[in-house]
Amino acid sequence: MAEVTHEVVHRHEPPKSFIRKYIFSLDHKVIGIQYIMLALTAVVVGMAMSILMRLNLSWPGTNWPILGTLFPTGAPGGVISPEFYLSLVTMHGTIMVFFVLTTAPQGGFGNYFLPIQIGADDMAFPFLNMMSFWVTFVGFIVLLAAIFIEGSVGIGGGALGTALGGGGSGTVGPIGGWTGYAPLSALGKIAGPGQGAGVNLWIVSIAIFCVGSLLGALNFITTLLNMRTRGMSLMRMPLTCWAWFTTAVLALLSFPVLLGGGILLLLDRVGGTSFFIPAGEYVNGVLSGDPRFPLHAGGSPLLWQHLFWFFGHPEVYIAILPGMGATSHILSTFARKPVFGYRAMVFAIFAIGGLGFFVWGHHMFISGMSPYSAVAFSILTLSIGVPSAIKTFNWIGTLWGGRIRFTTAMLFAIGFVSLFVAGGITGLVLGQTSLDLPMHDTYFVTAHFHLVMGVASIFGMFAAMYFWFPKMFGRLMNEGLGKFHFWITFVGVYTIFVPMHIMGIVGMPRRYAQFTEYTFLASLHPLVLLVSIAAIVTVSVQLVFFFNLFWSMFKGKVAGPNPWEATTLEWITDSPPPHDNFAGIVPTVYRGPYEFAVPGAPRDFIMQTEPTTVDEPAVAGSRGDTSGNGHDGHKR
Amino acid sequence: MATTVTNAERVIEKSIGTGPPSRPGNGFHRNGGGGKGDADPLRFYADRYRLGMWVALAGVVMLFTALTSAYIVRAASSNDWRPIAMPRVLLLSTAVIIISSMTFEAARRSLKRQRDALYGRWLMITTILGVVFLGSQLLAWRQLVRGGIYLATNPHSSFFYLLTAAHGVHLLGGILALSYLLVRTRRRGDDVAAESRRIGAADAVSIYWHFMDGLWVYLFLLLFLWK
Amino acid sequence: MGRALGVVIWLLALASVYLFVSGHWWFPPAITEHGPSLDRQFMITIIVVGIAFTAAQIGLGWMVWKYRETGSSTERALYTHGNNRLEVIWTMVTAVIFIGLAVMGQQVWASLHLNQAPPGSFRVSVVAQQFAWTFHYAGSDGVFGRTDPSLINDDDQNFIGLDRADPNAKDDVQIATLIIPVGRPVELLLRSKDVTHNIWVPQLRFKQDLVPGMTIPVHFTVVKAGKYELACAELCGMNHYKMKSFMLALPDDEFRALTALPQDKFQAKKEELLSKYQLPQY
Ligand code: HEA
Ligand code: HEA
Ligand code: CUA
Ligand SMILES: [Cu+2]
Repeated sequence: MAEVTHEVVHRHEPPKSFIRKYIFSLDHKVIGIQYIMLALTAVVVGMAMSILMRLNLSWPGTNWPILGTLFPTGAPGGVISPEFYLSLVTMHGTIMVFFVLTTAPQGGFGNYFLPIQIGADDMAFPFLNMMSFWVTFVGFIVLLAAIFIEGSVGIGGGALGTALGGGGSGTVGPIGGWTGYAPLSALGKIAGPGQGAGVNLWIVSIAIFCVGSLLGALNFITTLLNMRTRGMSLMRMPLTCWAWFTTAVLALLSFPVLLGGGILLLLDRVGGTSFFIPAGEYVNGVLSGDPRFPLHAGGSPLLWQHLFWFFGHPEVYIAILPGMGATSHILSTFARKPVFGYRAMVFAIFAIGGLGFFVWGHHMFISGMSPYSAVAFSILTLSIGVPSAIKTFNWIGTLWGGRIRFTTAMLFAIGFVSLFVAGGITGLVLGQTSLDLPMHDTYFVTAHFHLVMGVASIFGMFAAMYFWFPKMFGRLMNEGLGKFHFWITFVGVYTIFVPMHIMGIVGMPRRYAQFTEYTFLASLHPLVLLVSIAAIVTVSVQLVFFFNLFWSMFKGKVAGPNPWEATTLEWITDSPPPHDNFAGIVPTVYRGPYEFAVPGAPRDFIMQTEPTTVDEPAVAGSRGDTSGNGHDGHKR
Repeated sequence: MATTVTNAERVIEKSIGTGPPSRPGNGFHRNGGGGKGDADPLRFYADRYRLGMWVALAGVVMLFTALTSAYIVRAASSNDWRPIAMPRVLLLSTAVIIISSMTFEAARRSLKRQRDALYGRWLMITTILGVVFLGSQLLAWRQLVRGGIYLATNPHSSFFYLLTAAHGVHLLGGILALSYLLVRTRRRGDDVAAESRRIGAADAVSIYWHFMDGLWVYLFLLLFLWK
Repeated sequence: MGRALGVVIWLLALASVYLFVSGHWWFPPAITEHGPSLDRQFMITIIVVGIAFTAAQIGLGWMVWKYRETGSSTERALYTHGNNRLEVIWTMVTAVIFIGLAVMGQQVWASLHLNQAPPGSFRVSVVAQQFAWTFHYAGSDGVFGRTDPSLINDDDQNFIGLDRADPNAKDDVQIATLIIPVGRPVELLLRSKDVTHNIWVPQLRFKQDLVPGMTIPVHFTVVKAGKYELACAELCGMNHYKMKSFMLALPDDEFRALTALPQDKFQAKKEELLSKYQLPQY
């Protein structure tokens, strides 16, 4: 028995000092929580911006004295200016896509739970992990700085502003949309307000973000391939791990392209190059070549769009795959039933990830790109709906015959499925070249992506939060408040985003500071109002969530190691887990991740670490008609 | 160490069938001794570094793929494409970096043969060659600037500066990694794990270095043959 | 809880579907030749995805209603890992539906974009700039005069840089209204002076970016006369929301009469027509 002692020798001691423990920590759990906190900060900013946007859209020209005080340049005299509105849209989109939905699902929950779920004591490269968070954090600070530099002639116009490329334009943050289409974003201050130094910082921020995400992706992939514990074969991993892994692959292959594009864009702005700026530009009364406007020749605006969307489409799956993983995981746990079609789910994740690289052109049907390639992109785009449908059917299949426990996490996971279907099917409309003719750049698109990304993905994160909170903080979140939060949010987001489809059908264009100029939009006013009111209510209810979150950290019910009676590795260890996750013990895995309701077993769930006993009925995986894994052919 | 590992494994294999007692409630049990991390550090660390490096290179490949496609699209998109003449010192750069790959291999071979002094010497030579390469690239820039060719002069010169800079930054990273290895040659690993980590790191850096070498040759051909 | 959730899901689905079928808000009537087939394709798609949406939501609601945990029973959930036959079936079915939709969804596109404008099309050159539109007509000779950005002169109302010395430019007209004939194919040559814009008239069921550095030819045929609002649908800067103009689709006789007029009379007549036609009632 001398060997047995070996299992506990490599116990790592946690660092003692506050800074090494909580700030520059190498512990993936601390880093995960840091990412989540960053995302929560960002989402507050993003939500506040969305409220300001809604105020402006539904009560145009109204004087809000408090805004006049807060944003003297953006809302002079309390009336939101069109420039302010557009910079809000730009920042809302950027913050939400990058700093909320690329950080929390992957950097946050992925960081915290991927190593634990595969039985590792940390990420493969803890130092890189820490770097990736802090780099991302700097990116966020730079993004906020973009708003202030652009917004103030004072700071931006001074030496700093000059160093940054000509100073701010004295309005309110960059204007270019989160897609930053060149040449608007490439021309500089000549192109009007919101095109000054702030845009440079916007680009720099995204470039920094790319680097941070790349470090993270590298770490995730290596960790998953290299550090799985004994018995954790690939097909025994929880679906969350598959999702995080695929997400990391997508990030690894798509972020460098955005980084490359960003560098080119920045050079066009500050280096006088012409990658994206074509010849013969005549902007605001000034011809290219004039002393006020350097000579540009021959660049290709569509090149930027290709580079951006080659990244941009995988990015939207980066935003949702972890949510899909969490949903599968949580649905199975609370339906007390194995995931339906585990193997099909894995293949579907792969198919979505793989096809995701070949559909970027569907954002560019109307851009002047070759109409023939549009046809190819269109057909590929609709094909990507197939694996999404497979996932949806398997989720419903997982619920079928279950014994569903309606915890808040489960409610949000079910909400995810509902919202994903609602948002996904309109992708099938937009994906057809013909139908994109009327729909492109209208609120129909806004409706589509808010349902899938703005709320389905977010619902995935809510579910993950309520589900894993007890593991992360040792206490349960309050279920009563949680359910209240769910009901209002669920009904609220449907009320916000479904009417936007109708607006799009009537023809309402996106990124309009006001709808008052066109008579054909007048009849939509009641809907615009409805949406704004629903948005205000929904956003207010998020306060309940934040209260619940912070209150429960200190006052919630103590959870114990496995409050949900779940099966995967994170639930065998303490809540919160010790520094090295399993207190020096290396877990061994004997079975698939979702062994619920096994007939004859003493309890209705079997932990992955529970050894197979001789007399246990060998059911799962041995039947011909199953696509599940259960016992996936691993020799006893 | 190695024998212990196999013993431990045998113990586990045996214990699976019988099912050791599990702690009720949370499924903890005590037969998991030795995941890869503890049982087999040698293979583990080397794998981890090499794997991580390949993954990182996939990202680098995508960056340069993006820039290449931009290059090709831009070249085709208008008639202002005037290829610049190749600065002669680039031939020197190319020769230097190819040689540096060879010296790195020599270093690695010494490391495998456990000849530390030789390893250190070859590493040092490689590092110096890396620095020379960067110097020679800077010289090429100087030559161009003296000839009045700047970043914004025409799209080809823009790409020339951009691609050489992007490659240079990556190579600088390689030089930092080499310096790290150099420092580590002194600290002879005191245990097996540290030693394997050292070898793994050297392997990883060499993969990177060779890749940067190949990347430069590719960029060179792209810039001056594909016009 | 399960029953409540099921019902809420059904109600939300019902309300969403109602919003689509109520008919209170919908496309403005189409005025182009391709409009009706595009509308038909839209209806087919909406019906297909609407059925899928409804079925999925009903199914989801049903599952949470039916399979909620009830306090009394200690029975376990069904122990199954899936069913390969089902997976194959639903993969095939959705693949067929989706690819079918995709193929059908190319028809209008192909008719508009995969062929040249028919001979005899009426051509208009469209030049967008930050927050204004200029429509350039070739005049009676049917040939556009030469343009050059360095000749742009805003004070002189020469927004497109028309070379007035060019003989072909003598009868050219540049105005802020898009005037096109009804029943005759129209070809627009789209250009932009500064940033990317997008020409968007809901009734046309048509939209296209105007990209600086490119001339993008597009064509369609309008079948119903009238005055319509023309909007910019690509973010182009601060006043993107105000980059508005009108499209006048004139019956053939009126159109011919107008275009035959010399430039000075043309303006007056154009104003008259603009006020004669009313915007559609929404
Ligand atoms: C999480 C993010 C996310 C996800 C998952 C998706 C998913 C999809 N998206 Fe979306 N999309 C965005 C985020 C996302 N999108 C964003 C942010 C934009 C706008 C960017 C901008 O311009 O700012 C956008 C824009 C966008 C466009 C461009 C519109 C335009 O600008 O003109 C298109 C066009 O093809 C498109 C298509 C699709 C398709 C086909 C899917 C598919 O993957 C959906 C598949 C899902 C389903 C199909 C539902 C489930 C299936 C069933 C229930 C089966 C039964 C169904 C039937 C039988 C019909 N999206
Ligand atoms: C994740 C993405 C995301 C999210 C959550 C939202 C949330 C919201 N969005 Fe936004 N939006 C975008 C992404 C998102 N949006 C993008 C990309 C654009 C395009 C920008 C562009 O055109 O360039 C856009 C544009 C956009 C517009 C169009 C502007 C225009 O074109 O003129 C509007 C208009 O009303 C709008 C409204 C709203 C509203 C009212 C909310 C509400 O706030 C909804 C209520 C919010 C919630 C329910 C979320 C609560 C979340 C949490 C509390 C976080 C939980 C986190 C953890 C558990 C870790 N958004
Ligand atoms: Cu022009 Cu928007
Ligand atoms: Cu997309």
